[in-house]
Amino acid sequence: MFDGPEPIYVQIAQMIRSQVLAGELAEEEQVMSTTQFATTFRINPATAAKAFSGLVEEGVLYKRRGLGMFVAPGARERLLGQHRDAYFADVLAPALAQADVLGIPTDEIVAYVLGSNGHQPRPTTTEES
Amino acid sequence: MTPAPFGARLDDVVVRFGTQRRMTVAGTTYKDDATTALDGVDLTIRPGVITGILGRNGAGKSTLLSLLASYTRPTSGTIRVGPDAADDLWEDPWENPWVTANVQLVRESGDLQDEEKVSESLKYYADMRPYWDADLAARLLDLFEVNPRKKPSALSRGKRSAVGAIIGLAARAPLTVLDEVYLGMDAPTRYAFYDEILADYAEHPRTILLSSHLVEEVARLFEDVVVLHRGKVLLAEPAEQIQARGFSLTGPARAVEQIAAGRRVLHRQQLGATVQVTLEGAPADGESAAARAAGVEIGSLPLQDLFVRLTQPDLDARGAVAAGQDGGAR
Repeated sequence: MFDGPEPIYVQIAQMIRSQVLAGELAEEEQVMSTTQFATTFRINPATAAKAFSGLVEEGVLYKRRGLGMFVAPGARERLLGQHRDAYFADVLAPALAQADVLGIPTDEIVAYVLGSNGHQPRPTTTEES
Repeated sequence: MTPAPFGARLDDVVVRFGTQRRMTVAGTTYKDDATTALDGVDLTIRPGVITGILGRNGAGKSTLLSLLASYTRPTSGTIRVGPDAADDLWEDPWENPWVTANVQLVRESGDLQDEEKVSESLKYYADMRPYWDADLAARLLDLFEVNPRKKPSALSRGKRSAVGAIIGLAARAPLTVLDEVYLGMDAPTRYAFYDEILADYAEHPRTILLSSHLVEEVARLFEDVVVLHRGKVLLAEPAEQIQARGFSLTGPARAVEQIAAGRRVLHRQQLGATVQVTLEGAPADGESAAARAAGVEIGSLPLQDLFVRLTQPDLDARGAVAAGQDGGAR
């Protein structure tokens, strides 16, 4: 858990964002307390607290005094919007660049996309290799 | 009530053991070989933070920790200890009842009354420590399965360590110093100990210093890390900053070596066609994506790797961390 190269608090925040995006954490649902988080993942409570305060600033979570942290209303929609915007730059662009390196023609990619989307069966690729 | 956590500051602290003035036949004096345990240590321990104290055997860890609890007096230099903000009011711990009441050092030896029951040792610490929590002590005796009616001499090494852990936690001291308290504990007990530290620290914030050789196990407990080597502070900074000092790559040898080329390699491990290297610095822009595309996984810098590299005797790696020595983990 949290073995990526980014600081652990960044990875924790990312994990919670993903859970909100996937609907595993519903809006208005309570998230683990800093203490629970620290002992569950055996990390310093300050690290968990830093992740949470970042998410509060982003509007993903909000604090209810004396009760704890909850998923903010509209958090999922906002995250979806952000991730949709980032999808082209962060995911698709590198994938297309890699296709370029490998010499995969654009129409083949288009055909793959159309096929895998279920609009029509994936066309057989020309067997030139 | 939770008291304000204590911080500590060491300025140019030297500790020498066994210094002796001797006289030559000609009548001049000279200093006999003494062991220098600490050699000009400047260090700030942040209040309310869990700080890891790492170092190889003989690096000076225990000497440093015993200074804070007034078990050892420095040969020269100053030590100041006290609560949070008002650091102009911090005091020298040496024979200072106010400081010693608020500092709990648990040494590897446990400092138990060997010929009395464990319950007697606990009673002694309960009297000494103004913030002692008897309920916590009782719960931890249960958790670690220690029979308080036994004498420490009748306990196994691991159980004696558990008693030390109980004292360290139940004291709730504003400055809690745990010097290799885990010795002899089996793995499940150690993990239970770590969990108790984190849970109790979260509820009752205090300053905790923890020294350990099991770097991998405890790395994530730390907010600050201090690495001692041969009596000097090699590195003192927040764990987050340390993590940013490097990263690891795991994948097909050729792809990994390509990315690693020209970088300082902290650690290398090869298993067949797969290589794992730990590199200094951060991945360059676009390098992460390129690495992933080549089937190389990017991971965090294991503190253990950095520690081993820094404290290897024959390496120039120390120069590379010189930036980390500018005055401790402030």
